[in-house]
Parts: sequence; C-alpha cells; structure tokens
Amino acid sequence: MADLNPGDAIAELKVTPDKYLPHRYAGASGDFNPIHIDPEFAKAVGLPNSILHGLYMMGLVARSATDLAGGDPKALKRLSVQFRGMGAPETEIVVSGTVKSTDGGTVVIDTVAAQGENQTIRNAEAEIQL
Amino acid sequence: MFGKGARLPFLDPLAPCHLREKPDWPDDQDRRASLDCRAMTVKTDAIGKEWPATTYEVGKEKIGEYATVIGLDNPVYFDREAAKAAGYRDVVAPPMFAVVYSSPAVGPAMFDPDVGMNFAAMVHGGQEFEWGEPACSGDEITTTAKCLDISEKDGKGFYIFETNAVNQNGDQVARGTWTLIVRGV
Repeated sequence: MADLNPGDAIAELKVTPDKYLPHRYAGASGDFNPIHIDPEFAKAVGLPNSILHGLYMMGLVARSATDLAGGDPKALKRLSVQFRGMGAPETEIVVSGTVKSTDGGTVVIDTVAAQGENQTIRNAEAEIQL
Repeated sequence: MFGKGARLPFLDPLAPCHLREKPDWPDDQDRRASLDCRAMTVKTDAIGKEWPATTYEVGKEKIGEYATVIGLDNPVYFDREAAKAAGYRDVVAPPMFAVVYSSPAVGPAMFDPDVGMNFAAMVHGGQEFEWGEPACSGDEITTTAKCLDISEKDGKGFYIFETNAVNQNGDQVARGTWTLIVRGV
C-alpha cells in the first residue's frame, strides 16, 4: 500500500454502465422503479431517458474507496454522499477524489462521481481503515 | 427497494416530482393553521418516532449478484473458502449491500401519516452508512428505523431517518442516515 498524504489524488475509477445495467442493478437491489428500466415511462414523466440508480453510483464510490485498501470490504468504515445530478446509462462515470486527512491507519477521502461535467455525487466522504 | 413488492418511484434521488399522486395531507386543517401563523409548514410530530424492525437473511448468491453488478471481483464476495481465508465467517457482503438489507425498514417510516411527507415532491438528497461487523452469508439482519429530524429551510423540508442494523449475535452491522428532501413545503 502506497503512503497516502493529504492532498494526494486517489486512482480514478472509470466505469461505463451498459444499456441494461439498471435492469441488473434493479434485480440485485430490489429497486424496480420504472424510471430506471423503462425509457418510455421515464420520457413520459419528463426525463430525457431512463436514469441510473443513485445508490448504484454510490456503490461505485464505495468500490473506489475499498480499492484503496486493496479491495478489502471491511476497510470501509463510513461513507457519506450527496446526490446532486442524474446519471445516464451508456455514459462513462469517473469517480475521482483526494485524500482529505490521515490519522494513523485511518484515511479520509473526498470523492466525486461525474459524467463529463455533470457531477452526480458530490461531497462523498469515505473513511477507510488501512 | 423499501420492502417486498413496494414500488416507490420517489426513492430515486432525482425522480421527477409528478411521478406520484400527491397524497392528501392527513391534517389539512392543521397545516392551514400553521400557514396562517407563518410557522413551519412541515410536521415535526414524528421526530424521535421508531418503527417495527424488519429482518433480512443474507444469501450467498444475492451477495454475488450485487457484487457483479457493481463490478467487484474480490473472491471474498463469491467464494466461501476465499472469504474464510481472508478472515470472514462466510462469503461477505460489499459495504453498500447495506441498502439491500436496510431499506425494507425505511419504507414504513416514509409512508407513515405522522411523518406526512409529500412524496410527489421528494428527492433522495443524501445517504450515509457507518459499518461495524461485516454482513456475511447466512446472517439474519434486523433493522430498525427512527426519525432523527424534520426541519424546514428555504422552502424545503428535510427529513432525516436513521436505520440501525444488527446481526443475529447482536453485533451492529450498519447504521444508515437517509436524507430525503421535499421541495416546496
């Protein structure tokens, strides 16, 4: 594990969810809200198209945080996010962040998930025990 | 999410307001009265209220399904021996699997007339989890929900719920804080 210091950038996580990702996330999570899986329904309620589950994107933020600990799930002690924008399938999501503080083995990182200029998750703070 | 068979379009962070029928305010008279005196228009009676626990048994294949969707490939999510070799009791759930076992407890809280939330104008504004003992395949997780706070700021209502999930041994697995924002209260 590389030494982490405040201000250091963490490795970017880039994921492009395919067209059917929201269907699989719906099955995995139990959230079958039609705005995620039915483009016609989504358009009928004024959305440009079906949109990603916000909690799926939070899942990617959590993945990015555990990656810092070599992928060990128990390293992630806390994660707090704000949902700020709609995510679209078939568009690359980039999770990026910086180290906010370190204290012994505890590292706090500040993360953003974005599709281009659209920041779907902001102020995502993760506490990781390394 | 939020219970078996429940369809709750408002749960999405950005579900459009008109997705749901606007529910009738259970206490329309009270609400008008509070408007007249320019007090807060959100009901705060439910602050501190707790709802009955829900239980969820964590399954190995369900963990694998969730991990695959998120793109996680650590064998501890799929293979019992790998999980045990890494120090887990059994195949372990990714941290954000907390949504899967915790959310059934939140549904009844949000639908409670005492909370009186206008679902039609609601968005999921924020989410926090703190994790304790890892959730593993075979665990029976019991989650309770509590209303931590209801407040109003700049014409928006902020509804904050807490979920507390413990396993069959009484160990805390995850504490969640769910921030739901209702526009135009």
